[in-house]
Amino acid sequence: MATIVIHRKKLETITPTRRRVLGIIELVVAALTVVLFMLHVQPGQVSTFVMTPGGITQGIAANWIVPVFGTMLALTILSALLGIYQLVRGFGRQTNLVLGVVAFFFIFSFLLWASAGKSLNLAGMLSASVLLAVPIVLGAFSGVLCERAGVVNIAIEGMMLMAAMIGALVGSVTKSMWVGLLAAIASSLLLALIHAVLSIKYKINQIISGTVINIFSTGLTSFLSAKFLQTYQYLNNPPVFPRVPIPLLADIPVIGPLLFNTNIFVYLMYIILVIVQVALFRTRWGLRMRSVGEHPKAADTLGINVFRTRYMAVLLGGLVAGIGGAFFTLGSVGRFDEGMTAGKGFIGLAAMIFGNWTPIGSFLAGLLFGFSDAIATRLTLLGTGIPIQFMAMAPYITTMVVLAGLVGRSMAPAADGEPYNKE
Amino acid sequence: MLDELNNPPAVHHASGWRRTGRVLLVPALAVFTGLVIGAIFIIITSEEVYAGFGQSFGAGLAAVWDTIIKAYGAMFAGALGDPVRIVEAIRGGNALEIRRAINPILESLVNATPYIFAGLAVALGFRSGLFNIGVEGQLFVGAAAATYVGFAIKGLPAVIHMPLAFLAGAVGGGLWGFIPGWLKAKTGGHEVINTIMMNWISFRLTEWLLTGPMTRPGSGGMPISPVIEKSAEIPQFFPSPIRLHLGFFIALAFAYLVHWLLFKTTWGFNLRTVGANPYAARYAGINITSNIIIAMTLSGALAGLAGATQILAVNRSMAIGLSAGAGFDSIALALLGNSTPIGVVFASLLFGALRNGATRMELLQIPNDIVSIIQALILAFVAAPAIIRTIYRIRVPKEAEEAVFVGGSWGGGK
Repeated sequence: MATIVIHRKKLETITPTRRRVLGIIELVVAALTVVLFMLHVQPGQVSTFVMTPGGITQGIAANWIVPVFGTMLALTILSALLGIYQLVRGFGRQTNLVLGVVAFFFIFSFLLWASAGKSLNLAGMLSASVLLAVPIVLGAFSGVLCERAGVVNIAIEGMMLMAAMIGALVGSVTKSMWVGLLAAIASSLLLALIHAVLSIKYKINQIISGTVINIFSTGLTSFLSAKFLQTYQYLNNPPVFPRVPIPLLADIPVIGPLLFNTNIFVYLMYIILVIVQVALFRTRWGLRMRSVGEHPKAADTLGINVFRTRYMAVLLGGLVAGIGGAFFTLGSVGRFDEGMTAGKGFIGLAAMIFGNWTPIGSFLAGLLFGFSDAIATRLTLLGTGIPIQFMAMAPYITTMVVLAGLVGRSMAPAADGEPYNKE
Repeated sequence: MLDELNNPPAVHHASGWRRTGRVLLVPALAVFTGLVIGAIFIIITSEEVYAGFGQSFGAGLAAVWDTIIKAYGAMFAGALGDPVRIVEAIRGGNALEIRRAINPILESLVNATPYIFAGLAVALGFRSGLFNIGVEGQLFVGAAAATYVGFAIKGLPAVIHMPLAFLAGAVGGGLWGFIPGWLKAKTGGHEVINTIMMNWISFRLTEWLLTGPMTRPGSGGMPISPVIEKSAEIPQFFPSPIRLHLGFFIALAFAYLVHWLLFKTTWGFNLRTVGANPYAARYAGINITSNIIIAMTLSGALAGLAGATQILAVNRSMAIGLSAGAGFDSIALALLGNSTPIGVVFASLLFGALRNGATRMELLQIPNDIVSIIQALILAFVAAPAIIRTIYRIRVPKEAEEAVFVGGSWGGGK
């Protein structure tokens, strides 16, 4: 076994080419705003953004009325100026932030165009984003936990699918959402255990092991669904976790309904975010886990049990993925459909990479993906003339664009995906 | 080292039947074990079994036995044909009855055809160190392209039209493979995630095509395409119900072609070197970037052909539920065949038979998803031969087995 040398790439080296390319992209975005949106609105039109999600009685905010043309013009000019500065001088460490700002301007212009002369429930869209982000973020946390210890986990999709199905089935049978949730987590843990045994004990390629679990769980959930859940409807009718407003916080306008008046999965997401972030970077346990993911041999030499640490990490990942999976049935629609995770587990992995293997980064990236998903579903209702199917591609395309722009710079744990051989 | 890559040591040490036997031992046992565990799933989800145990223990055991025999009996008859029926049909001399009796085994070959193409696609990817999970999406795009050329161009002679539509499938799939390949080579975006995203994009795209630009006139918004022209059809050999078609033999020819490309040409050697050890490949002056792009494009093209043959030879028009998951099964196929074209062909024949047999099991209220479960199990056992060796107490062979290496991390690729 050759010596492992850890190469740490410098994070903030932005090559002149990258600087120029990004500058050009930002200018193109500004031009696109003009061509695609500005030329298609009449002066004097306004967009009405409703700032309270439907069905909410606490934290009501006034509607927000925006002149379409003027706002777009301002945003375009700002984007163009940022682009020119990026092209000529560059923003250095702030490059990505600026890129994000320009992207945000573009998306906002798009929303303005789509809602010109109409009203759009912006708050509803944002709260849908948070809900749509839940499985993605939890999937990403699951990935962070596994990969920080050096185990690649592409089985998150399969774990979530299984948890969704078991959650619906057990929830329906016991008529209890809590028992359903626990059963969902247990099923996901079982799959995580299989992944751990295959990839840690038998040292098979972790991507193959993950694929095995994905195929198995697609097969088993479809099998059971066709055999029982579709045939006996009472087996596919679990209770759904209700909305729980947090006292006081829920009364804050805009933010209250968005973040503090929603169901338990969202709160669990916040709690897991804090726990994992602190545990990974502020505790001895986290330091050990990360050392196993970066340099297992060194960790072993220092007396850390590499195998046990990795088993623990994968099982914790399975637990979190199980909660994410249960969300599909117990936290959202209250019914299991075949293949209902629809690639969310994989988008979660992309969020993890985008978030540079940190919980907080994954959380923000997951929100971004949730937002692109929410835009797609909401704007379909507004009737923009763009076919539904193209709207539905948004999260997938966002994922690819994000991966293309950022993987080159983000750093996977050094021993990620490598089985450990104790000598 | 490079010499070793080209000629795996196993080839020199043993030859002939003993080697074949040893190579096949683990996959055969993996299939067997997969079927056994699949039977357990069938039993524990069978209502008859619970009813039997409700009466008495003996009746329960009888129900278990009965369920397995019925289920796998149906699978066997559905996959290969019912021997009694075949004999009777031949005695009776009724041509239609004979065709019906021998149809199952030929239908298994029909089922195997897209599997061969799709399995080759994944195998080619594996050989070059790429994990193409996007076969399903590439298959859809290839099918859509072939369908479009098949119905939109009119008045061409069959000699030109059929190959043209077939080729369109390769181009469509190839494009769908090129994009993640390019992204991998140029930006380091991992192909596993990108191909999966491309899958979803292709599902939405074909949905849009089939309800919009490519919809069948008068279908009332149903996602289905017009029927392709007669001149674009890949011919079937026998009258109904037998659907065996030329595409099966084209698939075999492609298996040979891929074998030749991979193992007999410099280009294939380069590709396999990149797959086996990118560092060595770079040291040897092989252009990794272009090899990755070419490999993904070809892999996608093969997957596109899987969709094209299915349309041109069997379905003759495109609908949403096109492939029944052939693209996802293909990963298992390539691994079962150890990423060799000949192995892929045999694995495809097996899976084609399994899938075909499963349709007969559906009549017994056993959803055909059981095949996916069995496939996952087989895949796990093939990927981790140590499990099989532990169960059956087989010794580890002296020579190192030739295993195909796939990069295991998200590494930036540069």
